[in-house]
Amino acid sequence: MNVRGGLQLKSHKSRPLERPIRVVPAPATLVLALDQGSGEDAVAVVRPGDPVHVGTLVGSAAGAAAALHSPVSGTVREITVRPTPRGVGPCIVIDNDGRDEPATPVLPLDWHALDGTTLLERIATAGAAGLGGAAFPTAAKLALARTTGAELLLLNGAECEPWICCDDALMREHAADVVLGAQVMLTAAGARHCVIAIEDDKPLAVAAVESALGTASDARIAIRVLRALFPLGAEGPLVAAVTGREVPHDGLPPHVGVVCQNVGTAAAIGRFVRDGQPVTRRVVTVTGSGVREPANVEARIGTPIGDLVAACGGYTGTDVRPIAGGSLTGRLVAGDEVPVTKGLNCVLLATVADLPARGPEMPCIRCGDCASACPAGLLPQQLYVAARTDDADGLERFGLGACIECGCCDYVCPSAIPLTARFRAARERQHLQALERRRALEAKVRYERHQHRLAEQAEAERRAFDEARRRAGGQDSGQP
Amino acid sequence: MNGVTILTAIAAAAALAAALGAVLGWVATRLRRDPDALVEQIDALLPQTQCGQCRYPGCRPYADAIARGEAGIDRCPPGGEATVRALAALLDREPRPVDPQYGVTKPPLVALIDEDRCIGCALCLPACPVDAIVGAPRLMHTVLASQCTGCELCLAPCPVDCIGMVEPAAQHPARAWA
Repeated sequence: MNVRGGLQLKSHKSRPLERPIRVVPAPATLVLALDQGSGEDAVAVVRPGDPVHVGTLVGSAAGAAAALHSPVSGTVREITVRPTPRGVGPCIVIDNDGRDEPATPVLPLDWHALDGTTLLERIATAGAAGLGGAAFPTAAKLALARTTGAELLLLNGAECEPWICCDDALMREHAADVVLGAQVMLTAAGARHCVIAIEDDKPLAVAAVESALGTASDARIAIRVLRALFPLGAEGPLVAAVTGREVPHDGLPPHVGVVCQNVGTAAAIGRFVRDGQPVTRRVVTVTGSGVREPANVEARIGTPIGDLVAACGGYTGTDVRPIAGGSLTGRLVAGDEVPVTKGLNCVLLATVADLPARGPEMPCIRCGDCASACPAGLLPQQLYVAARTDDADGLERFGLGACIECGCCDYVCPSAIPLTARFRAARERQHLQALERRRALEAKVRYERHQHRLAEQAEAERRAFDEARRRAGGQDSGQP
Repeated sequence: MNGVTILTAIAAAAALAAALGAVLGWVATRLRRDPDALVEQIDALLPQTQCGQCRYPGCRPYADAIARGEAGIDRCPPGGEATVRALAALLDREPRPVDPQYGVTKPPLVALIDEDRCIGCALCLPACPVDAIVGAPRLMHTVLASQCTGCELCLAPCPVDCIGMVEPAAQHPARAWA
């Protein structure tokens, strides 16, 4: 495999996989974050008091945010700022009336009859977004692949995080949807063939997908089993492992002829063409020693994670930290009220036994272990120095933009330096500085207009005064 | 020795001096920093608060003064240390702390009009350097928080002291590292 760095980690996936996927009942109140995980907000198109049905558009697509639909029927209660898996953000709160009335009749999509561009539009209206975690609009990604002429559709079933197994469970139970989604996306992206990449620690998922492929008998689609290695689930390393091509720092996989999609996204699209319903639910791994019966659950978008825990037998104790995402790339979240988003793949209810506290941070001894582990080929020790001294040139030179925040460097650092957190903070600072610069530029323009207007007013007054004096002068001369 | 050698030496030295002088003169005019471009560069580093704490009527006039060498680079409290450092790097000067005589660096605030107390006198409207106050005579005024630079220039003209400085609405942390 043509992959740099990476880590072989102890897997914690067996317990949730002992049980089939459980369906979490729809909650009485759903919270739909306008930012479903991509970092941009959809635009709310409903108001408090509006009635909604299953599949009603409540947030329209904007930039890196896909369209957002109501997963239940009921009434919009309010649009307000609530805790989300990514911090806090504006959310649409919907009261569920429990009737599950669909907005439109449920009709399968006759996708064979549609051309690629129309199919792209339909995928966009379905609100399909990267269910691997990034929640980037699927249609936008496929459209880029179409314009760049990418020939390979790479379905990402690597799932390298040691605690996450929602894709594994999904491939075991819904392999036919994955394959159907792959066929639809091949048409939509105009790609020639498709590889479903799965790590070798998921033999049952591989078997299920193989059997679904046998049924579909589509020669364009193949399986590729990869050695389990963290972070193969990230786009860059996965493309390198499967094709041997390197995605440039400032580029995207389509620039090397590949478009990546998560297997969960493929299954969601398969489901969409089967029953015509937009994406309003997903599979989430609920795991960790903090929950009684770790399991993979299917929940509607907007379900509070407390309901997920309840569906898995509840908490084992009180000293549990809820983490959205895996142990390496996840983030600590506020608590039970945080809702499921399209980007939420795992709720890790971690106890101290799962994630022992890090030792105290020690000085960097420049051992270089982080550089050997870095899958992006960076020098984290140098980036760390640049981040600590807020050295913008250094951050640029050592490739902060190419950091995928996988956490490999943190994991191997013998001095227990939280490197990824530092890099994230440096990005945050850069982002705020950029905002500040934009604001300053706006203020400058407004100031210049203000000055210009004042000057014009002064000029007009002076002229009016001169005019008045001239007239007065004329009268004076008329009366000797 | 004879006079010819001495004369030759003098002539050669004079010719050399004239030639080098001409080159230096040409270089000095040709490579001189365009003063306007320098002002632009300095202005771009200033925070555009337009608060006048530097004793100049805005960021651009202050940039002008710096470029002319009239004012030091340590007069901008809103910009704080970061701005001084950036200016020092641009102008190849020694960075130093902001001179407290011109004010102290504070966290960014925005103006907020207590709308119950506003009498609609319109005195704050022309005071705002970035036209961030909306209002008309005998009508309530309000501040566009997103455009307010926190310069505090509207506080003094208000006859009823109904304008206060408040923390701006928080950025979503999610946005910060998106």
